[in-house]
Amino acid sequence: MGFILISLIILIGITSYFLGNLRAKNLRTSNQKNLKSLSHYYGYYVALWAVVPALLILLMITSFKSFFIEQYVLSDFIALGSYTETELSLLFTQIENTAMGIKLFDENTILIDGAVNKLNYINKTSENLTYVTVLGFSGLLVLYSIFNINHKLNSRKIVEKFLIVLYFTCSLVAIMTTVGIIFSLLYETLRFFSQVPITDFLFGLNWSPQRVFVREAGDLDTRDLANAFGAVPLFAGTFLIALIAMCVSVPVGLLTAIYMSEYASPKVRDWAKPIIEILAGIPTVVYGFFAALTVAPLVRDIGQGAGLTVSSESALAAGFVMGIMIIPFISSLSDDVIKSVPQSLREGSYAMGATKRETIVKVLLPAALPGIVGSFLLAVSRAIGETMIVVMAAGLNAKLTANPLDAATTITTQIVVILIGDQEFDSPKTQSAFALGLTLFVVTLALNFIALQVVKKYTERYD
Amino acid sequence: MTDRIEQRINSLNKRLNSEKRFRIYCIGAMSFALAWVLILFLNIFSSGYSAFYRTVIQVDVPFLNLIEDTTQFSEMSSEDINNLSMYSFSKKAIYRLFPDIEEKKDKKMLIRLFSIEFEQEIREFLKSNKSNINEAETIYLTASDDVDQVNKGNYPRDLDEDKRRIKDIQLLFFDDLVDRGLVSYEFNLPFLMRGDSREPELAGVGGSIVGSLFTILVVLILSFPIGIFAAIYLEEFAPKNKVTDFIEININNLAAVPSIVFGLLGLGIILNTFGLPRSTPLVGGIVLSLMTLPTIIIATRASLRAVPPSIREGALAVGATKMQAVMHHVVPVAMPGALTGTIIGLAQALGETAPLLLIGMVAFVVDVPQTPLDASASLPVQVYLWSESAERGYVEKTSATIMMLLGFLILMNLAAVLIRRKFETKW
Repeated sequence: MGFILISLIILIGITSYFLGNLRAKNLRTSNQKNLKSLSHYYGYYVALWAVVPALLILLMITSFKSFFIEQYVLSDFIALGSYTETELSLLFTQIENTAMGIKLFDENTILIDGAVNKLNYINKTSENLTYVTVLGFSGLLVLYSIFNINHKLNSRKIVEKFLIVLYFTCSLVAIMTTVGIIFSLLYETLRFFSQVPITDFLFGLNWSPQRVFVREAGDLDTRDLANAFGAVPLFAGTFLIALIAMCVSVPVGLLTAIYMSEYASPKVRDWAKPIIEILAGIPTVVYGFFAALTVAPLVRDIGQGAGLTVSSESALAAGFVMGIMIIPFISSLSDDVIKSVPQSLREGSYAMGATKRETIVKVLLPAALPGIVGSFLLAVSRAIGETMIVVMAAGLNAKLTANPLDAATTITTQIVVILIGDQEFDSPKTQSAFALGLTLFVVTLALNFIALQVVKKYTERYD
Repeated sequence: MTDRIEQRINSLNKRLNSEKRFRIYCIGAMSFALAWVLILFLNIFSSGYSAFYRTVIQVDVPFLNLIEDTTQFSEMSSEDINNLSMYSFSKKAIYRLFPDIEEKKDKKMLIRLFSIEFEQEIREFLKSNKSNINEAETIYLTASDDVDQVNKGNYPRDLDEDKRRIKDIQLLFFDDLVDRGLVSYEFNLPFLMRGDSREPELAGVGGSIVGSLFTILVVLILSFPIGIFAAIYLEEFAPKNKVTDFIEININNLAAVPSIVFGLLGLGIILNTFGLPRSTPLVGGIVLSLMTLPTIIIATRASLRAVPPSIREGALAVGATKMQAVMHHVVPVAMPGALTGTIIGLAQALGETAPLLLIGMVAFVVDVPQTPLDASASLPVQVYLWSESAERGYVEKTSATIMMLLGFLILMNLAAVLIRRKFETKW
C-alpha cells in the first residue's frame, strides 16, 4: 500500500511541477510583467507543496496507526480490565494471526471473533482513510500554491531556503546517530547498574551471566548478581588479544611502511601498496573463518608438537589473525606520515654521512613519531572493537588468564553471545551487554581522541 | 695509525651490515604481509571451488509402476501431482539400483546415499516433464552430503567406521555405483538459487544473496542522498559556528565507532523503540546506513573541496545565486568523487556482520526473501552461520560463499576505481 501511495504522491509532484511552471509562464505573458524568479522555480514551489507535507502526514499516520488500531481492536478486552499490558499485546498478535487465517486458540471465541472483525474492518477503513487524507491534502495544497503564484512571490528564495533546511537536517543525522547511540547504551546500562553495583562490574573477577539466565528472575540473590557480572576477565581477554594483534601488526606494519616510503621503487610501491590494502577490505567474517578453520588448528598442532597444551580457541590464533588484519591500517598511515617528513631532513642526514638505516631510525622516525603513535592508537581501537574474528575464533567462556595459548574471551564476543537470538529486556543479563557496549564505546572514543591530540600536539612543522 | 684505520673500517662495515640487515627486515615484513594475502585467498579458493559442482546419482525411475498409462500425467495439474503419494514408489526406484539387497538395514543405508529430498526431486521432474514421460525415465538425484564429500575427496575414507559418518556398506554401494558409471558431477545451480537448509547438500546462498541485495539497496537509498546533502551543507553552506563544529566532531567520531555499537543502537532504538520488524533487510539497511554515512560524507566533502574556486566564482560572477553555483556547477564536478566514496561505503556495508547479528539477521531462513520486510540472512552472516555448523559439507559452502562475497567486493571496488579514472578531472 505504501508503495502505491508514495508513487501517487510523486506523480502528483511531477504534474504539479508542470502546472506551476505553466501558470508562471502564463502570468508573465499575460501581464507583460516580469516575475521575481525563473518560471521553473514556480514549478518546484508547487511540487514541494504537493509532496513534502503529504509525505510528512503519511509518516505520521504510519507511525501512530498501529497504536490506535491496537487500542480499538482490544477495546473490549481493555474494558474487562483483567489483562496486563504484555498479555494484551500477546492477544493482539494472536488476533492478527487469526485474521490472517491461522487458528491458534479456541477460548473466548465471541470476543475474539468480534475483535477479528473489528481488525479487518479497521484495516480496510484506515487504508482508505489514509489514501483520502494524504491525497486530498496534497491536492488542496497544490491548488493553494498555484493560486498563490503572483508577481510578488519570489519562489526561488523559498525553494532555496527549503533546500538549505533539507541539507541541514541531513547533516544533523550524524548528531542524531551519536545521541541515539549514547541514549540506547546509557538507558540499558543505568538499568543494569541499578541492579548490579558498578564497582562489581568494573572490578569483579567472575563473568558468568548464564547463571542469572538459568534461574528464575524472581529469586535472584544480590550476591548472585554480584558474582556473575565481574567484567575484569573480559577486559583482560580483550587486552591480551589486542596485545597479540599489536605484536604482529606493529613491527610488520611499520617496517612495511618504511620499505614503501624509503626503499621501494615506484613500480614496486604501485603494486604492493594496493595488494596490502586488500587486507583492509576483506570482511572480518572472512578472517574469522580463516582463524577458526585454518590458523587455530595449525597453532594447536604446532603447540602440541612442542609439548604444550594449546586450547583449540587460543587467544594466540585470534590475535595473530587480527594482527594481520590491522597491518594495512598501520602501514598506510605510517607510510603517509614518513613520506611527509621534508626531504631536507633526509638530505641533511645523508650529507653527514649517515646510512639509510641511520637516517630512518635516528631522523625520520623521531620526526614522524606523533603520526606513527597516532596510527598505533587507531589500530588498538580497531583491535578492541573488532568482533567477528574473536566471536568465531576466540573462546566463549570467560576465564581470567594471561596465557596466550589458553582460550580468552573479549568484550565484543560477550555482547554477541548475550544478544544473539532471543533477548529478554528485563533481565540484567541482556542489560549487561549494553554496559559492555558503553565501555567499548567510551574506550574507543578515548583512544581516538588521544590519537588525534597526539598527532595535533606533537607534530612538528618544518617549513 | 693503522689500528685506527682498521677500527674505522670495522665500524663502517658494521654500519653497512646493519644497513643490509635492516633492509632485509623491511623486505621480510612486506613479504610477510603480501604472503598472507596470498595464503588467505589460496586457502579460501582451494576449499571453496568444489562447492560449485555437486554429485548426482543416476537412477532409473519406472513411472509405469505409479500409473497405468504415463500419458495420463500430462492431464494432471501440479496440484494433482503434489497429491500423488510417491514416497514408497521413490524408495523402490532407488532399491532397483541394488535388487539383491534384502535386509531392511541395508536398504536404509542405500536410501541414505541420497539427499532427503529425493522424493521431492522425482516429483519436480515429473511436474516439469509431465507431457512426455516415458515408461521409465533416467533422473539425476542429488547425493547426500557425505557421498558428495567422499566423491570430491574431501572426506577421509580410512578412518575407523564408527568415527565416520558414512558407513562401510555405503562406501561399498558408492564404489559399485562409481564402477557402473552412475555417479557424476553437475553444476551446482541449486546452491546459487536456494535458501538455507539443515542439510548441507540442499543449502544454498540464494536467500542470503537476495538478503544482501535488499540490505545494500536500503543503504543506497538512505545513505546516498543523506550523505551527499550533509556533505554539501557542511562544505558549502555551513556557517563557521559551534553547531557546525559539533557536527564535524560527531562525523569523525562515528567513523571510528566499532561496528558492533551500531548493532546495539539498532537493537535498542530501531527495534525496541520504533518497533520495526526484526531480522529484516530494512532494519539491517538502516543500521548499516548510519554506519556508512561518515564514509560517504567524508569522501564527498573531500571531492567538493577539490573543486577549484574558479568554477564557483565563475558561476557567481555571471549572476548565479550561491545555490545555483553549487548545484549546477560544483556538485556535478564533485560527483565522481562522491560516487566513489559511496561505492566504497556500500562495499564496507556489504561485508559487515557484527551489527546484523544483534538485530537478528542470523535467523535460519529457508525461503528466499521477496521484499526488504521479509526475514533474511546476508552473505557475511551466512558465512558466520555455516562456519558454526559441524557438517563437513558446510566448509566448502562457507568458502564458496566467501568467494562470492569477495567477488562482489572486488567488482564494487573495480567500479569505484573505474569511475574515478574515467570521470575525475584534474585541475
